[in-house]
Amino acid sequence: MMKKMNRETVITAVILLAVLAGAFALDAALPSYHIAIKVVKKACVYSLVAVSMNLLNGFTGLFSLGQAGFMLLGAYTYAILCIPVAKRAGVYQYFDGGIVRFSLPEVFSGVLGGTIGPVVGMLCALLIGGLITALCAYLIGLPVLRLKSDYLAIATLGFAEILRAFFQWNALGPLTNGSNLLKNYPDIGGAAAYIILVGVFIAVILLLVNSTYGRAFMAIRDDEVAAEAMGINLAHHKRLAFIISSFFAGVGGGMLAMYMGTVQALSFKSAMTYEILLIVVMGGIGSITGSVVTSFLYIASLEWLLRGLDSGTFLGISSPIFKNGFRMAIVSVIIMVVVLFFRKGIMGDRELPDLFRPRRKAEKKGGGAQ
Amino acid sequence: MQGLLPYLINGISVGGQYALIAIGYTLVYGILRLINFAHGDVFMVAGLIMVYSSASMPIYFSIPLVLILTVVLGFTIERMAYKPLRTAPRMSLMISAIGVSYLIQNLAFYFTGGLPQPVTNPIPWISENVTVFGESTKRVTLVTPVLTALLVVALVYFINHTKIGMGMRAVSKDFEIAQLMGIKINGVISMTFVVGSFLAAVGSMLYFTNYPSVAITSGGMPGLKAFVAAVFGGIGSIPGAVVGAFLIGISEELIKGLGYSTFSDAFTFALLIIVLCVRPTGLFGEKVTDKV
Repeated sequence: MMKKMNRETVITAVILLAVLAGAFALDAALPSYHIAIKVVKKACVYSLVAVSMNLLNGFTGLFSLGQAGFMLLGAYTYAILCIPVAKRAGVYQYFDGGIVRFSLPEVFSGVLGGTIGPVVGMLCALLIGGLITALCAYLIGLPVLRLKSDYLAIATLGFAEILRAFFQWNALGPLTNGSNLLKNYPDIGGAAAYIILVGVFIAVILLLVNSTYGRAFMAIRDDEVAAEAMGINLAHHKRLAFIISSFFAGVGGGMLAMYMGTVQALSFKSAMTYEILLIVVMGGIGSITGSVVTSFLYIASLEWLLRGLDSGTFLGISSPIFKNGFRMAIVSVIIMVVVLFFRKGIMGDRELPDLFRPRRKAEKKGGGAQ
Repeated sequence: MQGLLPYLINGISVGGQYALIAIGYTLVYGILRLINFAHGDVFMVAGLIMVYSSASMPIYFSIPLVLILTVVLGFTIERMAYKPLRTAPRMSLMISAIGVSYLIQNLAFYFTGGLPQPVTNPIPWISENVTVFGESTKRVTLVTPVLTALLVVALVYFINHTKIGMGMRAVSKDFEIAQLMGIKINGVISMTFVVGSFLAAVGSMLYFTNYPSVAITSGGMPGLKAFVAAVFGGIGSIPGAVVGAFLIGISEELIKGLGYSTFSDAFTFALLIIVLCVRPTGLFGEKVTDKV
């Protein structure tokens, strides 16, 4: 093992540790409502979802647009399982306190004590959300995965919309609170907690991509017929990729719920899927590092750095054209430029260590984007 | 049954409006094999232009202006966002379409300030109330199916009996062979977008007459539903798109009439998935086989 510790691995490890240390420093130095921490948290969530989408669209070549629907499932599961019992009556005020009468963080804090318990409970809720999403993806996949390219895209988009309508149905109110907000559930921690959590999930995806399964996925992407001729079971591997990707989208949805503090089915529109897809494209279809870096760049610019474009003054320049919506307009123009003229995105299909390989002179673009 | 009659009438009207949008999808898909995700947003922009132009000029200027600007928009989108990707994989084209949709929505947000623009009776004649079978409704409900039928007949004539229509048919059969036969495919593709946007503009003027305001997201749902209609009817087929749109419009309104409004959208997508799984070529679609 030690022999494999070459230069690029070391640099990558150093960068990742620096990011983690930076997150701890942020948590220690700034109050939790500070914009920098918010940005890191949201960018982490988007990274995870973007990577999960990349696993499907970039590595397996299945063009699915169901991400928002899967995130919705994860988000609702997390929220429903984590609202404290005492607050349920208030949240489910129109549905008599709802039918779920327990809260995982409280259950676990009863067993494991007040410090670890809630965290374990929240993690369990996230994972259960992922599993429910994966189960749902299995069922959706049965009919949908037989479809090709754009039909698959539109069918998954359709399922996401159906899920959204379903969750707003009043008859499900005792469980989902109908079209009302779910709120008052706990958040797992600060920026560092998000980075660690998302880092672990992305590491799992990375291991998967580098395994035989990952190589089978890529073979399917490159040429279905050739892959099948090489003995890869197409149906099985496509289903697997779809389920795994959805699992992580569900977990990502749960974390989004955590970050936002409230959940409402209305917000999981297809626009959200498009946004994530565009992040994946900008980062480079088939590059996990690209998805992560772009998520951070995208969220940081939108939520923080480009704020001035909306409020009148940007980089010291004031102009009447800097009014509400200008930053989104600028960002979407940049996106279109990337889509049309830099089709490989920021990273192409390279990963972080590839940037530091001695022979290839690569620019240092990734790394400390945060 | 009497209670459902207004919904049925409404459904026919909504169906006609979907049909006008669906034709745009089906034409473009027939030729470029592209789901033009931006089409719903073109439809929304047409609505916005209508709101702005009808507020500042008389109706006989504003209607042509809406049509012209929407056509120009459709043409520009094709030239800017799809033409550079002619040789790229189909997925790049689709991503570009999604990007365009995102761009249009954000630009619209910027120009409208993010506020839904109220529709204040832009075309007075079609918003007047009339009585049909004892039910009061707006005249637009009656005008839509008739206008849709006329436009579809004109379009079918255009496609079957003019030179450029013949070009469109040739390009949709085989892109490269058509090019070899001397058809200027860029012109034909642009024409497709022009026709599609024109019909979307007409549909938009009719559609938004029934709504209090045009928001930047207003295009999304009708766009997706019209797309479903196009798939349902067999994508690439004009009669298919029209029949599909009317069926979807009517079923949707009937579902609302039965008191399941939450599911009227979900129904459309459920229909889509059933159609895709049972008969992916739709009602009138041609069977396509994949070549290795």
